[in-house]
Amino acid sequence: MGSLYRSEEMRFCQIIVERDAAFSAVAELGKLGSVQFKDLNPDVNSFQRMFVRDIRRFDELERKLRFLEGQINKDSIAIGGKCDDGDYTVLPTAELNQLEQTLTDLERDVKNMNDSDTMLRRNYEELQEWESVLVKTDEFFAGGLDDAAQEELYIQEDPDAQREKNPVEYVVGVIKRDRMMAFERVLWRACHHTAYVRSSDIEQSFVNATTGEKDQRAVFIIFYKGDRLKTIIDKVCDGFKAKVFKNCPQTSKDRQAAAADVRARNQDMQTVLGQTREHRFRVLQAAANNYNLWLKQVRLHKTVYHNLNLFTYDGIGRFFVAECWVPLADVDNVRDALERGVEKTGSSVKPVLNLLETNETPPTYNRTNKFTQVFQGIVDSYGIASYLELNPAPYTIITFPFLFSCMFGDLGHGILMALSGLWLVVREKALIARNIKDEIFTMFFGGRYIILLMGLFSIHAGILYNDVFAKSFNIFGTSWVNPYNYTEFTHWFENQEAQKKEDILIELNPDTAYRHDMGPYPFGVDPVWNLAENKLNFLNSMKMKLSVILGISQMTFGVLLSFQNYKFRNSKIDILTVFIPQIVFMSCIFIYLCLEIIMKWLFFWVRPGYVFGQYYPGSNCAPSLLIGLINMFMFKGRDAGFIDMSQKGPPGQPGKTHDACYLVQWYPGQGYVEAILVLIAVTCIPIMLFGKPIHFLLEQKKKKKEAAERISVRANVLSEEGEVVINGADHKGDHGDHQGGDHGGGDHHGENFGDVMVHQAIHSIEYVLGCVSHTASYLRLWALSLAHAQLSEVLWDMVFEKGFQMSDNRYIGSIAVYVIFFFFAGLTFSILVLMEGLSAFLHALRLHWVEFQSKFYQGLGYPFQPYSFKSALTLAENTSTSSSS
Amino acid sequence: MGVIVPLVSVSAFWALIGFGGPWLVPKGVNRGIIQTMIVLTAVCCWMFWILVYLHQLNPLIGPQISVKTIRWMAEKWGNAPGVDTHYSTTSSP
Repeated sequence: MGSLYRSEEMRFCQIIVERDAAFSAVAELGKLGSVQFKDLNPDVNSFQRMFVRDIRRFDELERKLRFLEGQINKDSIAIGGKCDDGDYTVLPTAELNQLEQTLTDLERDVKNMNDSDTMLRRNYEELQEWESVLVKTDEFFAGGLDDAAQEELYIQEDPDAQREKNPVEYVVGVIKRDRMMAFERVLWRACHHTAYVRSSDIEQSFVNATTGEKDQRAVFIIFYKGDRLKTIIDKVCDGFKAKVFKNCPQTSKDRQAAAADVRARNQDMQTVLGQTREHRFRVLQAAANNYNLWLKQVRLHKTVYHNLNLFTYDGIGRFFVAECWVPLADVDNVRDALERGVEKTGSSVKPVLNLLETNETPPTYNRTNKFTQVFQGIVDSYGIASYLELNPAPYTIITFPFLFSCMFGDLGHGILMALSGLWLVVREKALIARNIKDEIFTMFFGGRYIILLMGLFSIHAGILYNDVFAKSFNIFGTSWVNPYNYTEFTHWFENQEAQKKEDILIELNPDTAYRHDMGPYPFGVDPVWNLAENKLNFLNSMKMKLSVILGISQMTFGVLLSFQNYKFRNSKIDILTVFIPQIVFMSCIFIYLCLEIIMKWLFFWVRPGYVFGQYYPGSNCAPSLLIGLINMFMFKGRDAGFIDMSQKGPPGQPGKTHDACYLVQWYPGQGYVEAILVLIAVTCIPIMLFGKPIHFLLEQKKKKKEAAERISVRANVLSEEGEVVINGADHKGDHGDHQGGDHGGGDHHGENFGDVMVHQAIHSIEYVLGCVSHTASYLRLWALSLAHAQLSEVLWDMVFEKGFQMSDNRYIGSIAVYVIFFFFAGLTFSILVLMEGLSAFLHALRLHWVEFQSKFYQGLGYPFQPYSFKSALTLAENTSTSSSS
Repeated sequence: MGVIVPLVSVSAFWALIGFGGPWLVPKGVNRGIIQTMIVLTAVCCWMFWILVYLHQLNPLIGPQISVKTIRWMAEKWGNAPGVDTHYSTTSSP
């Protein structure tokens, strides 16, 4: 069995391990990555599973790690390394408990540090405000008041100085600067113009400890008389959230002493804050160094317990049993891994690996490496192959880039694509190590081998189409030459001058201008066509025929692959009633068409002569293949031969040319041959439609007869009844059952006749109609290459060529070309390489999925998803990044 | 160059790769895949080439070119055998 040719054989196994060794065994299996466990407890709620507590414990640890990660990121400390570093050793229980303890301690410490930090900051802020208040109050009192204010005070005091014994009282506080104006106004009105406010801005800005915002504050001092005003002032201060400082010392000396004291305390506070922060930084740094290691251990343990939950256990609970799918090639490896795991725990009981029989369909497993993985991915996107079905992937490796190149064929763009693919492949390791998370880059990087192959094939196609950025090369020497005498040129040029016409266009006659003895241009399209006005006529015809022939080849290849599948399953009926009619149908009509195309290429030219024994007058009688095919199906009567011998024709010709001589039979006996081919093709259709269902019916009848022969009636004396006894009741090898079902109940793979008939009808109609429609579908190879060539030409003519035509002065011209090249290159890369590349990729994909694979592929399997640490870690990583981003 | 020379040389090239290449693949896990790739490449590329070659073998139409370009072709690419390269001494009415 080749590595990718078919999916691998799988075996259903049963594992029995001792309870204590179970964890270690599963860990070893996780490292190996070859086992897919089946869930033996499907009815059990996830909260009732055996290892729920352990999983919860690890969830808790993960939560702690996430908290730590948040704190580490907040301090902008870089977390080194990756979670998945390839080392999958699992920590033993003792070290795991230690890890748990470490994480708990870390979490507690960091939380405490955060809290104390907040508290310290708040205190610091208050102290700073207090210091500003003291300083400003000093300013107010130490001559900070201007004369007008002093006068006001004295006016207030003087008349009532004797009567009222209340001194002028004052209140100091701090308020946000932007509230200051409103505060003053309200106070002024509330106190009926009897309170006096002065304020001074604090230069330094504060950071609000709770919200983290910066704000500007100001110190204010309010002078007032009377207790009634005090209550009013208190209420206003409250409303404006101004902080009032009650213990402001009265005398200047006291204030200055207090200010000095506060300053000292501020210094201490700053030192403490700094030290706390440093300590926290160090702790977080140490945690960051180990972060990925811890995360990996926690995740690994969690997945092992998840898988242990899939096990079932015997009555006592001493032995754990699991059922799993293992690839046949890996059964020995799995056995070794199990024994290794059990040895690690020092258990004396050896683990058991049994192979079981089962009726379930095994999963499909294809062993891929980094190169084949992307092509297998392309095939799997459409549908996973059924178990042991032929895998289209190895052929897709080459045919996909090949079909892409047919649509993309341009040497210049191919070189661009190949170079970018090459860069991605050569710098593979460095790019993987950088762990870039950008989606679009990962998409291109994942497809680097496809891009490289597509580029290389496009280079080959570009050489064949002779198209380099809309220009052609003339490497081998063209086969078209000038057939006219130079005197004709003089006539033509004089004519042109006289009539002031545009250029006179002449169509060169292949008879005289084409060097038939030299043969065609050896590799690719002749460069003369790049100069021709009717280039598209020639290229269209060539590309259409190319597409049809390539398409029919690929479809035939697909049908041949289906034969391989039938041979593998030893299904004779499929070969006889499905494969052979399909191939015959395809050959009679479409391979015949391909042969006609090749015949026309080889035998029909512009020079008259005898072709297949019939006289051929020239290129006006070159047979039309398309209308010929239509006439073939319509059984239209056609003349034999291009000329009518009974009438007189032009000199040199044995007879008169038929009208529409391109529709006659162009080889003798064509009418009969084509009629036979059509009849054979038509008879294939009912064979495809009814072959298998009739066989199914016959098989059923045979089974019934066999069952009927084994039934006998017996009299049961005891119960006085008759019994029906089936002898030889162990005919299990014979398509399963011995019930001798009636019409609807015959259990041939669980189907009945109706199902088989409908299935076969759909399949045949799909094939027959598909042959025609898919052949036409392959014409997209022509369509897209035409579009690409035209776009390329437009870009050259309309953008780059204008640069050369810009000016006569060579210096200005060169600057113009330099600038215009920027636009030309940008448009080339974005539109022609990227957009057209994507478009051709998509169409090549569709051609593979629909036209090629519908001939043989079923794609009804499910993928093999083994338990491996690597994939589990990647999954956990992706879910965590997607939930956090 | 003749019809035969390119036909034989290019076909021989791809035949060498297609039939000889698989023998040169070193033994290993990927032997089958690399052999498939080599053979498929040879077949596809040869088919592509021969279809383009056959289409140009007996062309039924010729290129439609302006007279100026044909004059340039005569200069650069040569004339068909039997072309008279003298200009007439008398100009036609």
